[in-house]
Order: sequence, then structure tokens, then C-alpha cells
Amino acid sequence: MATPDTIEKVSIIISKGSLEGVYPGLIMANGARMEGIEANVFFTFFGMDAIHRERHEHVKVASVGNPGLHLATWLGGVPGMSSIVTHQMAKKMEELDIPPIPEFVELIADSGGRLFACKASVDMFDLTKDDFIDQVEDIITVGEFYGLAAGGQIIFT
Amino acid sequence: MTTQTIAGEAVEVDEEGFLLDSGQWTRAIGEEIARENGIPELSDRHWQVVDFKRDRYLTEGVAPSIRTLGKASGVPVKELYALFPKGPAKLAAKVGGIPKPRGCI
Repeated sequence: MATPDTIEKVSIIISKGSLEGVYPGLIMANGARMEGIEANVFFTFFGMDAIHRERHEHVKVASVGNPGLHLATWLGGVPGMSSIVTHQMAKKMEELDIPPIPEFVELIADSGGRLFACKASVDMFDLTKDDFIDQVEDIITVGEFYGLAAGGQIIFT
Repeated sequence: MTTQTIAGEAVEVDEEGFLLDSGQWTRAIGEEIARENGIPELSDRHWQVVDFKRDRYLTEGVAPSIRTLGKASGVPVKELYALFPKGPAKLAAKVGGIPKPRGCI
């Protein structure tokens, strides 16, 4: 079988709960749909905050233990620093027409991207489907995820 | 860059078929590009998106993102993808005779 020179489907795993952990996966998913590529997004561990009703508006940049910010460790730990950094980044993103996380997730769902939560993580954090935004299609196992991803590319973030 | 004849007009296009000079565009060219890209006939709703995209590009110099299309074109995101299954932001630009959008969002 010849290798196709186009990607027809991507399945993206979002596993981190910081702003910088969530956005790359969302951008990849939205970017896939913009190219007419089928997209599944699987939220696991703290990545589930991005689809959590109460938490998805409060995803923050990690200001501690994040060398990329070039902030002194003690300064990163000052109360409120994470919110300040997040606010600055959110402002910059809005200028660049990058939507906030709740809007972005909704945009991906409206674009035909399918959203799923990871069963193992849901069980571990004692969550139910009601804890998630309506756009989340289902809570699925790893095996089911591989079934959905079959024939396409898997991206782990 | 190559010259291609679309709807009887010789136009400059890039390697993916996007018009390089938006001034060479006509609605007939838009219709033919749409047909070649899997849209047999452009409805009023298609045109609403294409016209919005083109007008914004011509007035602001930047083609609107999918987010802006969904918010301001009058056609919601779900319908945008129903109208242009292979990617509304890109295809509406192609049909509207404006350069390929290069944004990531």
C-alpha cells in the first residue's frame, strides 16, 4: 500500500492542565479542521480542566517550575503571579485573534472536532459526564480511543 | 506562480490555485473554483461567506479567521463547515480570489 501524502485524521491527546499545556492541542485540533482533516480530542489527567464546566475558564499559566517564563523561582511563587502572567498572555492572545479556552473548545466542537474525556482519569478524580461541558461526546477508555484513532495520526500533548 | 485560465480569464495563481491578484477575480471565476473544489453550486449562504471574506480582506488587508467568520459573517461555525466541508476559512478565500490565509487560528 502506498503511503498517502495527506493526513486525513488526527487524534490529539491533551494531558496537561496549564494554559501552555492546553493551547497547543487545541490549536492543532482547530488547525486540522481548518484543513478539512478529521479531528478527535481526548482529554486526560489535568487536561480535563479544559472541558470541565467550572474550571475551563480558570486554566492558568504555570508560573512556578516553568523556565520558559524566565522568571526567578521565588518571584513565580508570589501569590497572584500565575494570574498576572495568565492575564498578560490572554491579552496578547486576544490581539492575535486566539480565543479563550472555553470559546476555543466550543469552536472546535462546532467545527466538527469530536471531544472525549478519559475514563481512567474521570474515575480517578471522581467525575461524571455532568462535570463536563455539553460538547463532550463521551467518556471513553484507552481502547476505545485507539479504535477512534485507527487509520490516522495520534498526537500527544 | 503560473497562469491559468479560469472561466475564460487568464489569471495568476499560486501552486494551490489561489489567485495572486485579487483584482483579476470575477464571480464566474469564483464559481468555477468552487466546482473544482467539490462545491457544484454556490448558494446565497456560500456567497455570504465568500463576500464577507473578500470584503474584509480588501478593506483590512487581512483575511478573517474562522473565529471571525463564525462571529461576524452571519453564518455560524457549524454551518460554515457544512457549506465548506474541506475548510471554510481556506476555501472561501480561494473562491473569493484572495491569497491563501496564513494564520494558525
